[in-house]
Amino acid sequence: MNTNTMAATGWRDWLMSDAPQSRRQATLGRWYAGWRTFARNRLAVSGLVIVLLLVLLAIFAPVLAPFPPFEGDLVKTRLLPPSTVHWLGTDDQGRDIYSRLLYGSRITLMVVILVAILAAPIGLIVGTVAGYAGGWVDAVLMRVTDIFLAFPRLILALAFVAALGPGIENAVIAIAITSWPPYARIARAETLSIRRADFIASVQLMGASPWRIVTRHIMPLCVSSVIVRVTLDMAGIILTAAGLGFLGLGAQPPMPEWGAMIAAGRQYVLDHWWVAAAPGAAIFLVSLAFNLLGDGLRDALDPKGVK
Amino acid sequence: MRILQRPSLRLSLVCALSLAMLATMAPAQAATPKDTLVVVTAMDDIVTLDPAESFEISAGEIMGNAYDRLVRYDVADPSKLLPDVAKSWTVSADGKTITFEIKDGLKFASGNPLTAEDVAFSLQRAVILGKTPAFILTQFGLNKANVAEKVRASGKTVVFEIDKSYAPTLVLNCLTANVASIVDKKLLMSKEQNGDMGYAWLKTNYAGSGPMKIREWRANEIVTLEKNDSYWGAKSKVNRVIYRHVKEAATQRLLLEKGDADIARNLTPQDLDAVASNKDIKRTSTSKGYVIYLSLNQKHPALSKPEVREAMKYLLDYSAIGQTLIKNIGTIHQNFLPVGLLGASTDNPYKLDVERAKQLLAKAGYPNGFKVTIDMRTVQPYQGITESFQQTAKRAGIEIEIIPGDGKQTLAKYRARTHDIYIGQWGADYWDPHTNADTFARNPNNADDAKDKPLAWRNSWDIPEMTKKSDTAMFERDAAKRRVMYQDIQADFRKTSPFIVVHQINEVAAFRSNLEELKLGPTSDATYMYKVNKR
Amino acid sequence: MTGASSPGSGLGKRLGNQASILSRFAATVLLTYLGLLAVTFFIGRVIPIDPVLSIVGDRASEELVRQVREDLGLNKPLWDQFLIYIQKVLQGDFGTSILTSNPVMQDIRRAFPATFELATLGILIGAGLGIPLGVWAAVKRGGWVDQSVRVMGLLGYSMPIFWLGLMALVVFYAKLDWVGGPGRIDIAFEYSVPRVSGLLLLDAALAGEWEAMGNAFSHLVLPASLLGYFSLAYISRMTRSFMLNELSQEYVITARAKGISERRIIWNHALRNAMVPLLTVVALSYAHLLEGSVLTETVFAWPGLGLYITNSLQNADMNAVLGGTVIVGSIFIGLNLFTDFLYRVLDPRTRAE
Repeated sequence: MNTNTMAATGWRDWLMSDAPQSRRQATLGRWYAGWRTFARNRLAVSGLVIVLLLVLLAIFAPVLAPFPPFEGDLVKTRLLPPSTVHWLGTDDQGRDIYSRLLYGSRITLMVVILVAILAAPIGLIVGTVAGYAGGWVDAVLMRVTDIFLAFPRLILALAFVAALGPGIENAVIAIAITSWPPYARIARAETLSIRRADFIASVQLMGASPWRIVTRHIMPLCVSSVIVRVTLDMAGIILTAAGLGFLGLGAQPPMPEWGAMIAAGRQYVLDHWWVAAAPGAAIFLVSLAFNLLGDGLRDALDPKGVK
Repeated sequence: MRILQRPSLRLSLVCALSLAMLATMAPAQAATPKDTLVVVTAMDDIVTLDPAESFEISAGEIMGNAYDRLVRYDVADPSKLLPDVAKSWTVSADGKTITFEIKDGLKFASGNPLTAEDVAFSLQRAVILGKTPAFILTQFGLNKANVAEKVRASGKTVVFEIDKSYAPTLVLNCLTANVASIVDKKLLMSKEQNGDMGYAWLKTNYAGSGPMKIREWRANEIVTLEKNDSYWGAKSKVNRVIYRHVKEAATQRLLLEKGDADIARNLTPQDLDAVASNKDIKRTSTSKGYVIYLSLNQKHPALSKPEVREAMKYLLDYSAIGQTLIKNIGTIHQNFLPVGLLGASTDNPYKLDVERAKQLLAKAGYPNGFKVTIDMRTVQPYQGITESFQQTAKRAGIEIEIIPGDGKQTLAKYRARTHDIYIGQWGADYWDPHTNADTFARNPNNADDAKDKPLAWRNSWDIPEMTKKSDTAMFERDAAKRRVMYQDIQADFRKTSPFIVVHQINEVAAFRSNLEELKLGPTSDATYMYKVNKR
Repeated sequence: MTGASSPGSGLGKRLGNQASILSRFAATVLLTYLGLLAVTFFIGRVIPIDPVLSIVGDRASEELVRQVREDLGLNKPLWDQFLIYIQKVLQGDFGTSILTSNPVMQDIRRAFPATFELATLGILIGAGLGIPLGVWAAVKRGGWVDQSVRVMGLLGYSMPIFWLGLMALVVFYAKLDWVGGPGRIDIAFEYSVPRVSGLLLLDAALAGEWEAMGNAFSHLVLPASLLGYFSLAYISRMTRSFMLNELSQEYVITARAKGISERRIIWNHALRNAMVPLLTVVALSYAHLLEGSVLTETVFAWPGLGLYITNSLQNADMNAVLGGTVIVGSIFIGLNLFTDFLYRVLDPRTRAE
């Protein structure tokens, strides 16, 4: 064996060693093991591939789009069915739907990622802290959660737009604000189930601070459920943005935000189904991809190593 | 309890139950009752049933079927006036007094007799309550203090005194409006609270004498009209008319195609094209007294330049819009008087001409265009027209940013004059040219705190000369001369106004082919459902 | 046992505990309501919609606008308005809707049952199908069952509901004639069912109007199935997730080793444990359905709470919005409390000490 292969196998052995010498080795080893679990799951990998593809399409939209997304001819190219020229047909302003989908993927990805990044951590923290601490902390946090949950979502969204003005960015914030409470309740429910478990007791006996227990031990166990919920939410988030668009709170025309495209296609559903179906299918693909990805992440992240 | 924990069993139970229920009912009968007309329409704008307060379009139609008035106009020829509750009328020589003789033997639906006293009371009540549509009467010099004296009953006649000698057709046409409906004085006074003349009660009740009476109004759900057996004229051909609130056009269409609705009122151009080939469905349409327009706020530095105003008028693709976005539901029209009103002009000089617009813009000092915003309601056809305008204006360098909003939001901004461009509609309140001239071509006071806020004011368009012309036309008693005056105003308006009038609205109703005599009126209160016959 | 233990002190302590728990509970509920109302109230004054315009319309004179504003009490300072409102609420008066001229509670008593019927049937379908499907997907994890449940669920969740609704109407109502059309009941039956509870199925049954009841059900089944399909996606996914958690626990391995049948392990042990967090999920779904879906109600011409609140909000009819908020808020609070209570019953681990 030459030194190179020895080095290669050496790395893998080092990562997969049963008796790690340092914390860093253990952590890296866990990440590597997680990656291998993930990679073995073909569906999860395909989800990842689709997501990466989407990101690429979003980045290269100007190059890939055959027609300009904001211009159309009312008389000549209005409401054309899918054809070899217009792959997904044209909309009510005569614009090519495929091109609009490509440009819209940027907005859509931005919306779901931002909302996920904003809402999930908030929900996770609030839920685990409430579940673990109990007592009046739990009561207060849960009442706050209740207040947010109990709000008809429209009211909050409208208030936000009133304060910040219309536009897709403010719509994102409004959606995030209404999205975190369910995550909090789920995290809390899981926390309640496991807080009296033995391993928690043992860490408590070792003198770990409550904050450490929550972040290092309880949260990782709740993360998987929250991730599943978040990935399932992707579609819902995009459609909520569409719903806000009905009230004039979302993307401003002529932005090709997918939700707005669906809302606009509403009038034409019976005779020109492709106007709403194309962005609808796109949303489905995105949520499927994130869903597969999320499941794969869940399995990989699960410290109990589900088999 | 345990057995229900077996989900497979639970599942089968649910399935069994559903199937059982489905089995018990017959397939839905796809026909409406023989003696009932079912109309599906979007009518979430109804706020009150009191004719002295009501002004929304949906309610207008209901008032037109349920309440009588002194006079009505002939739907076939709107310039002709027909007696309703009044047997005849005479106008004094100076034009300041009209005397109406009331028919004998009329009754309200409640059984109370309809007398001149009720007529006078109704008109006085509208003025005293002073709600939104009261201006139609108060513009003739009537107010809370003097109305009891100026509008009075004496025996079988009603005397109507006005402050100036307005064109009699103007005054009479105003008396055809819903605000001049005849209400049951005895009934209302019996329901009075705190001297409100029955206002609180009539908001959700009925006190009229028309061919149909209002049985029920469930907000955003249903309005039911029933045949009034004590109506003094030709009785209604159907026993009931039920208006169902169905907001979604596609849903209306499905109901109509299936026969679960007789008349659908809000079908889109696409829907109308699609049902054209259906043997069971016919269509009828009428030009309404409504126009859709874009308006440019004169407070904006660029928009206030006359060349810019003119340039913008060349940047709308009228013909494309006419062929597609408003097909069947509108006709391109570039004047503020809708066709059908006395003096309306059908001169439509503007076409899409980007080159000309660019030249005009350069002359005004904006060779590279400028940025501007437009407040738009996220409703068709406003959205379609706005998006199209955005594209065509861009070719001349004008970047339009669309600010979407819902109806009330955009309206508030408009009334506060904080918009740049606004797209909206305006319609006739009564069938006389003054109704639109009053708002488009009159601006008595352009100050921020003005009492009146006509559309011209909302766009800060200061027009002392045109205001004078509009005022003069109000008093011209010779119809031919009056027509010329309005033609003249419209010619000036087309050239200089900050209004880009886009089209006149066509109201279209699609209905089952077993209906006869359905005709839509030019104003909402002239669509007479009681004349419809169901074979 | 240390410490003095006088007879009755145990019981007294427990009763005292109950009383303090109850009072703390009542206090938190009241605080939630107050918080809800306060925030909604102030939001109502922030949103850029003028309620006066909705009543008087665009043609009204400035004078009339000013007068109506005065009459509605909108010129008073915000705090005063809020206090007046709370005072009235405590007397049971939720004010009058400016759009319908009816007392708000009357409007809600009309709109809510429509949504309730829809949501309840919807969640029965959603949970009734979703939970078994989720379990199945967890048990057959990775197989085609798992994948198809996932895809089917996602399809329902990511399709715009109005698209699905309209397509369903076209297929099942227009073409196949299997179900009734939009609206709660055929016009022919409109006035034949006396209104008792507002729930058409119940009222028709009470009046013995079986044909009307069947008709109402035929109108109910399609939108309810749609809502059910929508929540099925979520419920089945979460069931699968929780079941996977449970099935990986040690007690499952132990049970298998002890020879307990797989069926018992899945349904009687794993699912029972997964029920705890699953209840939150189902309750949340139900609460969302009860909030009313404005899009579903628009497509199916269903006069429910979603349309009511949305319409009121778009016209800044704040009395109606606040009334609606109270109802929706009560639903969430009630359901949350109910699920909390069920936790303690079902899962000993969650009982407080």
